[in-house]
Amino acid sequence: MSVDKDTVRRIAKLARLAVPEERLEPMAGELNGIFKWVEMLGEAQVDGVPALTSVVAQKLKWRKDEVTDGGNADALMGNAPGGEDHFFTVPKVVE
Amino acid sequence: MADLTSNPTAMTLAEARDALKAKAISSRELTGAFIQAIEAGRGLNAFITETADVALLMAGESDKRIAEGKAGALEGLPLAIKDLFCTKGTRTTAASKILGNFIPPYESTVTQNLWNAGAVMLGKTNLDEFAMGSSNETSAFGPVFNPWRSRGSNQNLVPGGSSGGSSSAVAADLCLAATGTDTGGSIRQPAAVTGTVGLKPTYGRCSRWGIVAFASSLDQAGPMTKTVRDAAILLTSMASIDPKDSTSVETSVPDYESFLTGGVKGLKVGIPKEYRIDGIPADVAALWDKAADWLKAQGAEIVEVSLPHTKYALPTYYIVAPAEASSNLARYDGVRFGHRAANPHDITDLYERSRGEGFGAEVQRRILIGTYVLSAGYYDAYYSRAQKLRTLIKRDFDQAFEKCDVLLTPSTPGPAFGVGAKTSDPLEMYLQDVFTVTVNLAGLPGISVPGGLTESGLPLGLQLIGKAFDEGTLLRAAQSVETAADFKAKPAKWWTA
Repeated sequence: MSVDKDTVRRIAKLARLAVPEERLEPMAGELNGIFKWVEMLGEAQVDGVPALTSVVAQKLKWRKDEVTDGGNADALMGNAPGGEDHFFTVPKVVE
Repeated sequence: MADLTSNPTAMTLAEARDALKAKAISSRELTGAFIQAIEAGRGLNAFITETADVALLMAGESDKRIAEGKAGALEGLPLAIKDLFCTKGTRTTAASKILGNFIPPYESTVTQNLWNAGAVMLGKTNLDEFAMGSSNETSAFGPVFNPWRSRGSNQNLVPGGSSGGSSSAVAADLCLAATGTDTGGSIRQPAAVTGTVGLKPTYGRCSRWGIVAFASSLDQAGPMTKTVRDAAILLTSMASIDPKDSTSVETSVPDYESFLTGGVKGLKVGIPKEYRIDGIPADVAALWDKAADWLKAQGAEIVEVSLPHTKYALPTYYIVAPAEASSNLARYDGVRFGHRAANPHDITDLYERSRGEGFGAEVQRRILIGTYVLSAGYYDAYYSRAQKLRTLIKRDFDQAFEKCDVLLTPSTPGPAFGVGAKTSDPLEMYLQDVFTVTVNLAGLPGISVPGGLTESGLPLGLQLIGKAFDEGTLLRAAQSVETAADFKAKPAKWWTA
């Protein structure tokens, strides 16, 4: 299966990544090179093999559902590229 | 010891620890020597952010604690930190434009463990952007140069990647030791091509909390050092059981240095036959054979083992890692932190342009691969199949470890290559990790130890792979290789011109 320019445009949209029009074609070529190589996985026998979910035999840890940190809105806003008071600002979303 | 302290930056971590304990040198003196070395070594571009002021403050505090008899395990020892570990109040970039001005309001667990043990931070080292690369050339802050050059050549070589700033800094004596992270080989491969030691611990040994995430089921932090003993010392302080990382394993942390006795007599060392790949350079293969002889001469038993799914490891990795990366990197949206595009006309435009402007070419490529393999209609063919292969790759190791205690392989398919030599074809770069990536997929510990020099005078590494949470045996075997290799070569200091 081969990736074309339109496919790159579609997955770039899914990834919310602006890829300039002139980069779509070269990117398709690069991805095809990689996917062609990955196709060798198709020859491997995987029937009845379970998918790996964890490399270490340990139950995922649980913790109490309680607040352990907080009250640091100033620190959290410190890196915001757009922010007013304790709110992150974005372009208008709802008309 | 007077001999050692006259050239303090050349000391090992263990030697510096002992010199500080014996009060032959103060932490401020030692730290000052490294600050000078870092300034003189700026041509290597190993650091993104130097923190000389912080270092001297920390060193002063250490000297006080040493005087009061309250020294920690790493008291007063100056280290370099890969710029993927969040450091409170100190810019943390992941070598990406998208995090170029990010100042974390919190400290990663691993670095907090180091500071709690008394270590001193010299600065944040360069890396491939978001740790995606094997040559440190994808950094938004420019490539790092390897202190090593081929004999008689002045061509700049790469220091490996992604922990290339750390490997370069350790090899050039700009720090006693450094932290790295390893998702597909990013500690072991740069260590191998710079003549240094790099250890990737078992998945879950070091907390991932506060480390900028790349591929969460593969990422693991570890030490990059001058000797195997130093790796044992540093790992003992880096590792912990962390309630803030749900994959941190509830196994107490031993004193890894205490395992470095007894040698390898009776140890079974497996040689995986599938690692003898076509086109492996003669000196890499010869060193591998020689290392097996070294271990045999010290009383180890060499056994051939088979890891039949080895050839599928790298393509499996290039599905799993980008899939996880595309999810992890969704958080960079120009809203809460990081780069934000100017004058967005709507929210989608804000996301798309912030990400398009902020991420470099290799990161974009991997986000697109990851998005594609997880997208409707392709998930089963790619991602699901890759996760099944991961089970088979792990099973190979489980079966091999029924016949042996550790595995011995080359670390890389060759020595350091020229800057720009492999940047035109992503696949050629990916093949750098052919011997290291299997270990991440199976969650095992692996270490690269300097083995010798090529004919042109460049370092080559040997990799040992251990059973899960058996870093002790791994380090002991690694020290036997180190002793036999007797690697004493140092690069000529061309960068201090």
